[in-house]
Amino acid sequence: MDVKDIIKPENLVYEKTKVLTKTTMHYCPGCSHGVAHRLIAEVIDNLDIQDKAIAVAPVGCSVFAYNYIDIDWQEAAHGRAPAVATGIARTNPDKVVMCYQGDGDLASIGTAEIMHACNRGEDIVVIFINNGIYGMTGGQMAPTTLVGQVTSTTPCGRDTALNGYPLKITELIAQLPGTSYVTRQAVHTPAAIRKTRKAITKAYENAMAKKGTAFVEIVSTCNMGWKMPPVEANAWMEENMFPFYPLGDMKNSEKGAVEECYKQN
Amino acid sequence: MGELRLMKGNEVIAEAAIRCGCDGYFGYPITPQSEVMETLMEREPWNETGMVVLQAESEIASINMLYGAAGSGKKVMTSSSSPGISLMAEGISYIAGSELPCVIVNVQRGGPGLGTIQPSQADYFQSVKGGGHGDYKMIVLAPASVQEMNDFVDLGFELAFKYRNPALILTDGAIGQMMEKVELSDYKPRMTDEEIDEKYGSWSTNGKKPNRERNIITSLEMQSDKMEAKNKRFQQKYAKMEVEEVRYEAIECDDADYIFVAFGSSARICQKSVELARAKGIKVGLLRPITLYPFPKKVIGEMAKHVKGFLSVEMSAGQMVEDVQLAVGCSCSDAKVEYFGRMGGIIPSPSEVVEALEQKLIGG
Repeated sequence: MDVKDIIKPENLVYEKTKVLTKTTMHYCPGCSHGVAHRLIAEVIDNLDIQDKAIAVAPVGCSVFAYNYIDIDWQEAAHGRAPAVATGIARTNPDKVVMCYQGDGDLASIGTAEIMHACNRGEDIVVIFINNGIYGMTGGQMAPTTLVGQVTSTTPCGRDTALNGYPLKITELIAQLPGTSYVTRQAVHTPAAIRKTRKAITKAYENAMAKKGTAFVEIVSTCNMGWKMPPVEANAWMEENMFPFYPLGDMKNSEKGAVEECYKQN
Repeated sequence: MGELRLMKGNEVIAEAAIRCGCDGYFGYPITPQSEVMETLMEREPWNETGMVVLQAESEIASINMLYGAAGSGKKVMTSSSSPGISLMAEGISYIAGSELPCVIVNVQRGGPGLGTIQPSQADYFQSVKGGGHGDYKMIVLAPASVQEMNDFVDLGFELAFKYRNPALILTDGAIGQMMEKVELSDYKPRMTDEEIDEKYGSWSTNGKKPNRERNIITSLEMQSDKMEAKNKRFQQKYAKMEVEEVRYEAIECDDADYIFVAFGSSARICQKSVELARAKGIKVGLLRPITLYPFPKKVIGEMAKHVKGFLSVEMSAGQMVEDVQLAVGCSCSDAKVEYFGRMGGIIPSPSEVVEALEQKLIGG
């Protein structure tokens, strides 16, 4: 069979998403960022919102997210992405703004910004990559590092007496009336990827429908930071991260949820 | 003639923002400037011009909201007072490093630390020398009246957009809180995305259009040679400002033997001091820098060739005096340069300034 007989639209099972650029990603093999980026690009493509989507990149490994997804981007200071997103969203109500943050960015240095953006019910999408470690700076303890987990600043494992407890910030955010959709997903298997794509789609739809903040946590691997091969990192995540950070929707409210939550509380 | 009103300096900042077609204000309460946001909230400009007003959770958030909105090409503003401006320093550095236009108002209070809520000018260094990390400059405008609080909002935006650079209005609690007659500006419509693109170029993050590449607003550059090139471009921009944007007012300087150099509230005091000194037969004039950056160093250098001395009058421990010394030194003049000032929220009296002139320059 000639190659031309194979390359036919009806035979297509997979292709590069249009909204993904041709730039080679700088992420380590096994890192979850690449899959998360691809899913976001795919959702933007599917919803046909490339001209409406604006995104905010964080500080951390995904600081260069703007090199990979072909939409307008602004790079924020460490932890400030939700405030930057608020500024863009408020002055551009006809656009849809996403902020993409890691756990150090969102749950440590930027705790105030994320809590208040979600509490105001900013109509934005938040993608929260939680790999329990500071990847870019070389594997230090993050607010989400598990008890006993070894990092470069917890060489004997996270000790609660010294370092306190891992922060379940997504659970806190789900309590805020400003959020419409709060979910925790992963991208380690094809089934999980499909669920996450659905979650990101819903998040964008909610933000566009002005339902309040849509928050998608993706429990992720940092095999370099964890010092494990990719496959082992996936198994470690399932065994250790998922029991503490269980996957699934935490909040799924329909339109008007912001007001309804106030009534309930 | 525009609409005449009797208004507080802080209220005028708010009114001027609405009238000049500002797209958004993000702020956090702090004395002595809270009237800016209060006035805006009372005026509800979102109903009138579509301007967004938002109370942020902190000054850190306000400046980052400003950074975001400015990145999308919008005409946006924040205001705060000294401790709040310190919190904004990181964000201001990012805004300068990403070359975004915006207006920031600092209604100064006494420092350091929590300091006092009374007026001060001790944020001069922070304003004109940088404040945050890295090599950057802000355009710094120093109003000396409620009228200039009105005029400099529009001027600030004009310069900010001309240079794609943050502009700072450096005022203090006295001008923010005092009431004066003001002629308000006429209303200007807010610009559309298309008008902004046409006037200033299509660099903003307002949604990737099919006919252009994606726009990326960032201050990050991993390659040193590229980062150095970027810095060199910034320095060229600042050099252009130094040539084109120096603004000052010279009062009774033509026949003067001595010159007071003072800005903002101090310049108001010195105007009276000039009268008092001249009544005593001392020929003294006032040079009032309106732009603190770029600093009117050339005119000071020229004056230095004809006068006996300069007294830098500041509500600080003596900060601007260093720039006066530099300007005088560069002109190879023998003119003396002295400083007089009060700190901690105390405003010097006109007679105190004349006494200082007599002791430090004439008698000395």
